[in-house]
Amino acid sequence: MTTASFDSEAASAKRRHFLGRTVIYTILVVFSLVYILPLFVVVFNSFRTLPEISQNGLIAFPQSFRLDSWPRAWSDYCIGGACNGMQRYFWNSVMMVVPATIISTALGAMNGYILSKWKFRGSELIFNLMLLGVFMPGQIALLPWAFLLGKLGLANSVFGLILVHCIQGISFTTLFCRNYYVSIPDDLIKAARIDGAGFWRIFYKIILPISPPILIVTVIWQFTGIWNEYLFGVVLNSGAQQPITAALVALSTNGTNVRDYDVMSAAVLIGSIPPLLVYFFGGKYFVRGLTQGAIK
Amino acid sequence: MVLTPSMVASFVYVFLFAGWTFYISLSDSTLLPTYNFEGLKHYFDLWANRRWGVAYSNLLFFSAVYVATCMAIGLLLAVLIDQKVRAESFWRTMFLYPLAVSFIVTGTVWQWLYNPTSGIEFLVKSLGFTDFHFALTTDRKNAIWAIIITGIWQSAGFAMALFLAGLRSVDGDIVKAAQIDGASWFRTYRRVILPSIGPIFLAVAVVLLQFAIKTFDLAVALTNSGPGISTTFPATYVYDLMFQRGEIGEGAAAAMMILLALAIVLVPYSLYMVWRNRREAGRG
Repeated sequence: MTTASFDSEAASAKRRHFLGRTVIYTILVVFSLVYILPLFVVVFNSFRTLPEISQNGLIAFPQSFRLDSWPRAWSDYCIGGACNGMQRYFWNSVMMVVPATIISTALGAMNGYILSKWKFRGSELIFNLMLLGVFMPGQIALLPWAFLLGKLGLANSVFGLILVHCIQGISFTTLFCRNYYVSIPDDLIKAARIDGAGFWRIFYKIILPISPPILIVTVIWQFTGIWNEYLFGVVLNSGAQQPITAALVALSTNGTNVRDYDVMSAAVLIGSIPPLLVYFFGGKYFVRGLTQGAIK
Repeated sequence: MVLTPSMVASFVYVFLFAGWTFYISLSDSTLLPTYNFEGLKHYFDLWANRRWGVAYSNLLFFSAVYVATCMAIGLLLAVLIDQKVRAESFWRTMFLYPLAVSFIVTGTVWQWLYNPTSGIEFLVKSLGFTDFHFALTTDRKNAIWAIIITGIWQSAGFAMALFLAGLRSVDGDIVKAAQIDGASWFRTYRRVILPSIGPIFLAVAVVLLQFAIKTFDLAVALTNSGPGISTTFPATYVYDLMFQRGEIGEGAAAAMMILLALAIVLVPYSLYMVWRNRREAGRG
């Protein structure tokens, strides 16, 4: 092979490589635009004026900039007859998601610890049966929850939803934690037991210190799942007790004629900022939870 | 003493709740739960109902298009990102962020975009294509596509994440061997890499099918089962029967059908997984 033909081959390989790269990045950019467009639309429209939106359409670059949509959406926009904005529903969701996430994660860690490190006859069976809870469709549990919460005096209250999400979450949190703890060598536990450490001491001294990765995954999973949940929020609670997802639906089916896209955009963003923040700051753990939750 | 209260609560939730709903579906309950056994009447009523017919044919159509397209787009994006692209985490973040927000938010925003007088149709028309029509949500025949497109937009990134995890687990030596043998890029993928992540395809399909069967929020936020009843899904129909019409017996029957649909997908899959794990354990 002469040097000339070698050079031309190298040049054509280089060209092919460049062409391939161009194709790859073009496709990625096109898809990214499709993905980012809806987010841009809401963010822009929350700062545009309503006349401008109706004149230029929803998908347009902002010609104006003002902030009033945000305070209006937060505190005095009318949703389902009450004109107090999103704040009430936002706080309902916060009051629901924080305790439900903490409690269900703590219970899951405890169950996972027992089912992986204190195995007993039938513990595998119990674990597998608990897994069924992961797949249960919400519709199956609707009537029983409505009935049970009524009996407990928790109907139409945020406490009722906390209970619902704690119990429904246990299957998931137990699954995550158990699968993580299984990989901790049993010898470590045995050695601790020989040294006289008991159930709780082993949990605090050995299990908890190595748990942060899985606890972060579990907390993120529970937080986004519960914050975004709609079915139970709308069925079990009504009016001022509803979480933010239910309020968003009430808001968008609100007016019949004029749609206040400016305020509604701000309201939608208020409803999605907490999970988005969690996603952008804990993305790695979010994805880990997603892939682990999917493939057991 | 090893059975914690929370485990017991979890059992109550799974078995007692499912059992109770099942019994209600066999009782003569209408507006309130009653416990007179009535047999399969609600199931016969359900399957004789035209709206239920719409609901499950929608589900079948939606599932087929949604699962196939999500997987195709997800695989394409995963393979592209796997080409040692720059700013990999940027692309991943971009395609996955819809999963962090609720279906309600996604559905609401896309409903605006589908609105012919202000959304996509308005935009394209104002660019000069005055004959352009894209009024999906107000068109009985095509409204299902609004839900399909939005569903794909939301979940394709999820398929991408799972495929990407699979591609990263492929043994690098086999790939190198194929390349040394002179296999082209396309051939390496088709003959070597993709076959070795076969189980991932199955897992992605099963997860997406579960999403499809549970479709509720998107249908509520996008079309509210309309126009008319054209975008009714099993899950929205259960809600309608139980809480709008006071037919909780028939609603419970419909809920049991959703459970059955999930079981049809998940039972064979988990049996297959058990079989595969045993086989691998036997080999190891």
